Amino acid sequence: MKIIECKKLNIGYPDKLICKDINFSVDQGDYLCVIGENGSGKSTLIKTLLGLIKPLGGKVLFDNNFNKTHVGYLPQQTDAQRDFPATVKEIVMSGFIGRMGFRPFYNRAEKDKVQTILKTLGISDYQNRSFKELSGGQQQRVLLARALCATDELLVLDEPTNALDARAIKNFYELIAKLNKENNLTIIMVSHNIEKVIDKATHVLYLKNTVEFFGTKDEFLQSDYARYFKLEGGQE
Amino acid sequence: MNIFEELGYYLQFDFVKNALIVGVLISLCCAILGVTLVLKRYAMIGDGLSHVAFGAMTFAIVLTIADMYLMLPITILVAILLVRMTNKGKVKNDTAIAMLSVGALAIGYLVINLFSSSANVASDVCTTLFGSTSILTLGTFDVWLCIVLTVIVLTFFIVFHNKIFSVTFDEDFSNATGTKTAIYNNIMAVIIGVIIVLAMKLVGSLLISALIVFPAISAFRLFKSYKKVIIFAGIVGVFNSVIGILVSMLWGTPIGATIVVFDIFVYLICWCLEIILRGSKKTK
Repeated sequence: MKIIECKKLNIGYPDKLICKDINFSVDQGDYLCVIGENGSGKSTLIKTLLGLIKPLGGKVLFDNNFNKTHVGYLPQQTDAQRDFPATVKEIVMSGFIGRMGFRPFYNRAEKDKVQTILKTLGISDYQNRSFKELSGGQQQRVLLARALCATDELLVLDEPTNALDARAIKNFYELIAKLNKENNLTIIMVSHNIEKVIDKATHVLYLKNTVEFFGTKDEFLQSDYARYFKLEGGQE
Repeated sequence: MNIFEELGYYLQFDFVKNALIVGVLISLCCAILGVTLVLKRYAMIGDGLSHVAFGAMTFAIVLTIADMYLMLPITILVAILLVRMTNKGKVKNDTAIAMLSVGALAIGYLVINLFSSSANVASDVCTTLFGSTSILTLGTFDVWLCIVLTVIVLTFFIVFHNKIFSVTFDEDFSNATGTKTAIYNNIMAVIIGVIIVLAMKLVGSLLISALIVFPAISAFRLFKSYKKVIIFAGIVGVFNSVIGILVSMLWGTPIGATIVVFDIFVYLICWCLEIILRGSKKTK
């Protein structure tokens, strides 16, 4: 079942077209990896999919039963967040806000669900600690936990491993792959770490001011692009 | 007369009670709002808007209409525009605020100089900029207006604190996951405008930022949870205003400046406490 489909999508900002004529679709349970050089429009595409900026042309179509309150988003971290006074739990709980409409307080079910998610991600021990005192890897898990509160269908990640060390990066990608497989969570991930992501992904979207390649992982590995990125061809 | 007898004597007067009530309410609102503003990197918005309110007030004086009728709507309108413009990235927010701030101040001063019928323009301007006496001349209407607006502001903050937290911490995330962030931003802008206009009475337009910024940054020094930061900021704000007002009555110092000096003093204490606490944690 298609949950997102882009048709002839042009993206960018009013005075600057960044990437044009984008066509692709994402099915439920897919793990789409979006790759490309800096400035090729990866983050802009994500922001357009999420409705944070308007498309310059074309359309983003969602499945009928699908709206923003089914999306989980893990943005690039901002400086303002690094010294924000908040506990881990306060931040993770805020993932529910979008689904709550105008209901002001969290209910029992949400409080229980948070505990489950914290446990899954292995961060329940420091739920009362201050966010800014955590390491980069721990902070990223907290923001992932928040995204999981917001969704159990589609998770969108924008360069999630920027601030992490090698070991934390590996753990993080394994965690995402596990969520994709076990929870049937659809993943759209922007990454410039293609060699680390590719074996977990099911589809690849390669942007270079337009769609350079879109297809399954196997097609990608057998194409010339795999050699360009110095990836080992063929299947695992 | 010792200090307490003297205080008791002052507290018999209605205008002193009014000043205290309004001082407490305004500083409470400023402190709570301040946490969000500082975290959003909007700390100087209070300063800019208060100058806009000053400009509006000079027009009200010249037109001889009640100042609130002009100040409130204009300040709220500018607040909404300012928040919108900076959110859309059309203007850098520090540039926008700087432009408004000096622009409004200059126009206001010009207007009052050219058209005012008052004999002592310099002292009029000084009063509105530093708020030296206006808090002692509050009427019953001002006090009630202040109480009603404070109740509205506090109710909004208590009921929607989870939403405000989410929007403040990460606006993109909130927006992407279905929160209507524009609504909260607009409500916040209205509240900012209202509080600025009220706070002008207390400390005057040049010192408003102090009421907004100091309680928040004092709380950041000591607390790591958003809820505790807000509560502590509120307590600090109220405490400083009460002490500041009482001290200024006893020693005849200007109210606004006295409150701000206490704000700075408490901030320094919180800073020292933080260093001591951190030191003791490390040695454990």
